Amino acid sequence: MKSPRPAQRGEGPEIMSYATRRKIVSRIAEVLCGVCILLALLPLALILFYVIKEGAGALNLAFFTHTPKPVGELGGGMGNAIVGTLILIGLAALFAVPIGCIAGIHLSEYQGTRFGSAVRFAADVLNGVPSIVIGIFAYGLVVLPVKRFSAIAGGGALGLLMLPIVVRTTEELLRLVPPGMREGALALGATRSRAVFTVIFPAALPGILTGILVALARVAGETAPLLFTSFNNQYWSTNITQPMASLTVQVFTYANSPYEDWIRQAWAGAFLLVMIILALSIVARLAVRRLERMNRA
Amino acid sequence: MRDRFRLLTGAVAALVVLIVVGLAFELSRQSTLSIAKFGLSFWTRKTWDPVAGEFGALPFIWGTLYSSLLALLLATPIALGIAIFISELSPRLLRQPLAYLTELLAAIPSIVYGVWGMFVLVPIVRKAELAMPAPLRKLPLFQGPPLGVGMATAALILAVMVIPFTSSVAREILKNVPMAQREAAYALGATRWEAIKAAISYGKTGIMGAVMLGFGRALGETMAVTMVIGNNPQVSPSLFAPQYTMAAVIANEFTEAADELYLHALIEVGLLLFVVTIVVNIVSRLLIWSMKKRSARVMALPAAIEEATT
Repeated sequence: MKSPRPAQRGEGPEIMSYATRRKIVSRIAEVLCGVCILLALLPLALILFYVIKEGAGALNLAFFTHTPKPVGELGGGMGNAIVGTLILIGLAALFAVPIGCIAGIHLSEYQGTRFGSAVRFAADVLNGVPSIVIGIFAYGLVVLPVKRFSAIAGGGALGLLMLPIVVRTTEELLRLVPPGMREGALALGATRSRAVFTVIFPAALPGILTGILVALARVAGETAPLLFTSFNNQYWSTNITQPMASLTVQVFTYANSPYEDWIRQAWAGAFLLVMIILALSIVARLAVRRLERMNRA
Repeated sequence: MRDRFRLLTGAVAALVVLIVVGLAFELSRQSTLSIAKFGLSFWTRKTWDPVAGEFGALPFIWGTLYSSLLALLLATPIALGIAIFISELSPRLLRQPLAYLTELLAAIPSIVYGVWGMFVLVPIVRKAELAMPAPLRKLPLFQGPPLGVGMATAALILAVMVIPFTSSVAREILKNVPMAQREAAYALGATRWEAIKAAISYGKTGIMGAVMLGFGRALGETMAVTMVIGNNPQVSPSLFAPQYTMAAVIANEFTEAADELYLHALIEVGLLLFVVTIVVNIVSRLLIWSMKKRSARVMALPAAIEEATT
């Protein structure tokens, strides 16, 4: 861009310097924005580097198959915690998926109502509530009445964290279903519920499943809401009315311990968590890409 | 038949609203003892002594606000830089991968940040604190022994955790700024950066919303902070001092709360955290929403004009 207004700001050379100065400022600002990217990617790289370096080496077969050893004994693993995490997120899905999907169906089928806005708003609020507060809620509702920590409470807390994500993704994906499909079903004489369950919902199902996967990945890494709901457990347990170990709580306990072997295992647990979450997010990403391609076709 | 379907699905949807109301109700119900006993002084007193039954939450409020504000101070410029780079400057090919990588920061679990912070970041911060020249150490900002665990480390970790949230919303906002805004700036002879500044000033409200959203995240963050902040209830401006946050005290002491008053005091802390994060989130959503609504109107303008003239 050549300066179009000569002789307005003093002598010639100064005009040049004004225009160049603006260009230089612009250049510097652009470079600084690039530096910002590096500043964010640096911790990401460092975290992944250390988690792999410290964690991958500490993984062994015993880590997957054994329960924690008592203090002072070397070895042991987090087998029970891995199973525990799977059970907990299973319970969460059991709670959040049906409610979330049906609420999402309602929101997309009956748009523009005041009730719909209220539900949407509540889902957004719930999404912003700190997970530790959700833990207190589950504690008061499930743990306190029976005076016992239980996997049900933990799974419920995780389910509450999942719920808003499932509601909003279901609604958004159902809205993307072409209106022709709904109209076709209704024209053939299907009732509204029939049209939803046999035509519209199945059409959006792959996308909704992807959304659920993303929600599960988020919830699998949660620690705070489990601390005083599912608590922890040193033994194998699949009884959902009893306290249950989870990968995240176990990592927290071990990381805070003074024992080198436990700290090593905490890193291994962190590594496993990151791998699970990366895998889930990559699968979800690939699924989204495939969906986009299908939609275009 | 159709109405029954509407009612049934509506009843399930109402559960979502019910849960939020239930949360507020449950948290207030479970903290009545401490509310009744301490009243407003709960928020202004500094002593937290479970043995003597004395509960004042000021140190936790201070710690939460201080760490979150410091984190915002660090994270906001970086997050905005990222948003600008990805949406305005980066080559098209890099856009998706860069967005994916920065969002990966949000996918890493809090506990992993905590483990990393404890064993990698804390020693680094301790070294930096030790290397600080003595005259600077006299400032209130840098007083206390160089432990590594403390406010500085917590703020650093929080900043990294907040960046992806703020930057992804800011990116969305920039995408919503009408192209005409930048074209007008270029037409007036603006440089690239000046055009970007014009776009940002158009999206001010929404970007404020993005920053607020990050603030809400930082306030409620629990595990990573608990593991690096030092968990010592004190009100101190020092970045080196081990301090405590609201979420951290709940995480650490909840299962140890032996008597009911203690438990109620902890839940009252949770109640405040709930109320504050809700307010922050609502404000941020309103800001983002008002910005999007405005730009939707402007973006619809050319189409409307075309329609009217044909």
